[in-house]
Amino acid sequence: MSRTTRQIVFLVAAAGLGVLLVLAFRGLPGFGTTTHPYRDLAVAAALAHRAPNVISSVNFDQRAIDTLGEETILLGSVIGAAALLRPTREMRRASPPGGGHVLPATRLVGYFMLPLTLLVGTDVVVHGHLTPGGGFQGGVVLATGLHLQYVTADFEGLRRLRPLSWCEAAEASGATAFAAIGLAGIVVSGAFLANVVPLGHFGDLLSAGTVPLLNIAVGIEVACGVVVLLASYFRQALLLGPAETEKESSR
Amino acid sequence: MSIYAFIVAGWLVLAGLAGVVRSRDLVHVVVCLSIAQAGTYVLLLGIGYQHGGTAPIFGPTTPTSAAVVDPVVQAMTLTDIVVSATITALLLAIVIQISKRHDTVDPDQLRALRG
Repeated sequence: MSRTTRQIVFLVAAAGLGVLLVLAFRGLPGFGTTTHPYRDLAVAAALAHRAPNVISSVNFDQRAIDTLGEETILLGSVIGAAALLRPTREMRRASPPGGGHVLPATRLVGYFMLPLTLLVGTDVVVHGHLTPGGGFQGGVVLATGLHLQYVTADFEGLRRLRPLSWCEAAEASGATAFAAIGLAGIVVSGAFLANVVPLGHFGDLLSAGTVPLLNIAVGIEVACGVVVLLASYFRQALLLGPAETEKESSR
Repeated sequence: MSIYAFIVAGWLVLAGLAGVVRSRDLVHVVVCLSIAQAGTYVLLLGIGYQHGGTAPIFGPTTPTSAAVVDPVVQAMTLTDIVVSATITALLLAIVIQISKRHDTVDPDQLRALRG
């Protein structure tokens, strides 16, 4: 199909979709009104389980089984990307590029920001049931923080900072821990992912039942998953043979 | 105006799809797909919005009696973002493989099947 034909077909289809969207939006409840039946139910359920962050409560308590699926999608995507980007035989191993020249100021920022970012990431994960954040957000912060080592120093430092085989194992353990907490729910109260630990006092670090536990499990999985994922891309970009690298960079 | 959020949501979806159709680079296609998905975030958050509502996170500054926006759609938006990120990662990996096998990332030049 030529470009022109394809664009004409798209314009017709887009117009049709646009009309359908307008019709659908007209059937929605008004914007900004006070009628939110799901909100009322979710807030009441979250408060009953003493979780101040209702979004975390929805994700890790009320709809926890969806989050298990979401987490499995993440795991599957990391495995898929790692399989697609695995080194092939024709690919030559190259030594990773050296540090190059990094400004002392940049290095200094790295020394300060690396521990700080890891601390913030841990805080976001652990306080996921109290303040904005949670396992997914905190996990991404943790993984990004580790890669500051690459930005402000060199690849070798990043490799020392995150032993890849540990990360792979930790990623799987995080996913397993989520399922195990779910199974504990079956054993204790007969329902998958039902709350199994004391609810605690509203607003305490140890409260909201299994929500913080699931947050930590997801945080570990996401942090390590992102590290493994980015490692696959790093391998492609940095460890290819010189001929391949030139071809890649010319695009 | 109360329909802005819905207009923006529909516009993002259509603009993203237009980008996918007109694209000359597969990385651009992946980015356009992310933009189309961003329309769903705006739609979800728009549905859950309440005038004067605050974030559904209670604490010292937000008493449990305060009016809050819908947390259910916000949780769904989070799921949406995670799925979008995983799809982007997987698609970019596929683009790298296509680039290696076919020496091009222009969708118009990808005609023949190659093993």
